[in-house]
Amino acid sequence: MKPPFSVIFLTTLIGMGQGLFLALYSEQIYLSLTQGEMEPFNFFFLVSTCIALCLTGLGLIASFFHLGHPERAWRSAACWKTSWLSREVIALPLFILFVFIYSLNFFPGFTTHILKVDSITINLSIVTGFLCSILCIVLFVCTSMIYACLRFLQEWNSLFTMINFMLMGCASGFILAATISSFMAPLLTLNYVVIAIVLTILAATSRSLSLARNKKLRPKSTIQSALGINNPKIVQKSQGAMGGSFNTRIFFHGKSRLFFKSIKWIFLTLAFLIPIIMLLMELENNRPFILLFALLIQYIGLIAERWYFFAEAKHPQNLYYQAIS
Amino acid sequence: MKKKQLALAIDLNVCVGCHACVTSCKQWNTSGSAGPLADKRPYDEDPTGTFFNRVQTYEVGEYPHTQVVHFPKSCLHCEDPPCVPVCPTGASYKRKEDGIVLVDYDKCIGCGYCSWACPWGVREMDEKNKVMTKCTLCVDRVYDEALPESERKPACVLACPTNARFFGDINDPASEIAQAIQENDGYQLMPEWETNPSNYYFSRKNKAYDAMTGKDEAAS
Repeated sequence: MKPPFSVIFLTTLIGMGQGLFLALYSEQIYLSLTQGEMEPFNFFFLVSTCIALCLTGLGLIASFFHLGHPERAWRSAACWKTSWLSREVIALPLFILFVFIYSLNFFPGFTTHILKVDSITINLSIVTGFLCSILCIVLFVCTSMIYACLRFLQEWNSLFTMINFMLMGCASGFILAATISSFMAPLLTLNYVVIAIVLTILAATSRSLSLARNKKLRPKSTIQSALGINNPKIVQKSQGAMGGSFNTRIFFHGKSRLFFKSIKWIFLTLAFLIPIIMLLMELENNRPFILLFALLIQYIGLIAERWYFFAEAKHPQNLYYQAIS
Repeated sequence: MKKKQLALAIDLNVCVGCHACVTSCKQWNTSGSAGPLADKRPYDEDPTGTFFNRVQTYEVGEYPHTQVVHFPKSCLHCEDPPCVPVCPTGASYKRKEDGIVLVDYDKCIGCGYCSWACPWGVREMDEKNKVMTKCTLCVDRVYDEALPESERKPACVLACPTNARFFGDINDPASEIAQAIQENDGYQLMPEWETNPSNYYFSRKNKAYDAMTGKDEAAS
């Protein structure tokens, strides 16, 4: 498949935004369980939720560039009963809305938002955060199922697609949380760095396993089943048009074998290896700019990863487009 | 009785690869009320355009035992079309009354997701209109009572000089197409995906070809 950059930015940006939200909410739960003070970190939470809003908002904007008729985008919420794309279209703005509501809890003056029902006290930010985390997971599922549900694209048609999207989103979100906290709330940074290391290692493992799985795949469709002709030797002589067509533009990545293969090693290095080494080195001192650098390197790596994710998928229609003339 | 399902059947015995079905398809569908199908740089180095139907050519077998097979390919109007449920807007749909798979150009947002979901690559995004297009089985002519009955067929069927193309209700046992499918052992493309394509193909019938495709061994 030809990697569409709008979708690459959409999936990597919202993944990081979702990961950042989960990083914030898990810290809040941790603080409330350990009876830690939330007050000193309110400003950090406010800035971070705003960054999560920016990332998911940018992702939403990027998605419009994928459409031929962006002005009709509102229509795409119609078929949520059958289409994962439609479900994502609903889940993403809802998630953004709930992160916004969650962020209100950290505005100065909103901090006493505690409901008291009889003897039980309920912190409103915990409740909105909980709803938001459910939406966050729903969004991860919808986004990844858009690809994983296409059974013809065997490289995507696997649980790995979902696990990878989640782990990579969370890893980048936690590195971002570590970076922001190193500037604003250094007390929290160590926790974030440790979890980010674990998540990045998990993401690297899961992505490597899916690479190994895809390497072993045998295409279910062959030129024989595509034409219904049972002869081992079939060579295409023409595809019906001398120039290109939609079919040759959208379903082939169009890069050399070397380029394609090198992107794999580039993303494994940039998205996983370098960030893990940098974070391990920063366990002691948590220098903000080093963390920021690790974040940027990982993000470039994730863009390469998503490029490879698309390019790796071999569409069965390509069987009909092997030779121009 | 099974529901009506309009479709095509293509006889690879007689297709000569003349592309008359391609050009007549383009001519009819570029002249309809939906507006022209885009052509980009038609007279320049890198021409491209939207087509609902393409004829491809394959060489089958090892020289000197080779045969050239011309292979017309358009939407197969699957009974269980994978391109329909993925559409987020409902623009892509399968008609209940005759099983034709269509795109509502006014609802299509041009996301291209349905084309990813079609294993045959028979949906093409129109570069100018920015909507997904595909074979309509000439729905705007097969019911047109202003046309004489003999012409209420898809443009490609009418244009074929060798009568390689059949059109009709494949689920009506009395129809010409259903009988032709029966007689010629019509087969579906990529049956492994279980979408039950409605278009059928008839494979070559001659001894040399059967020997090439291993059919005579299977029979003996």
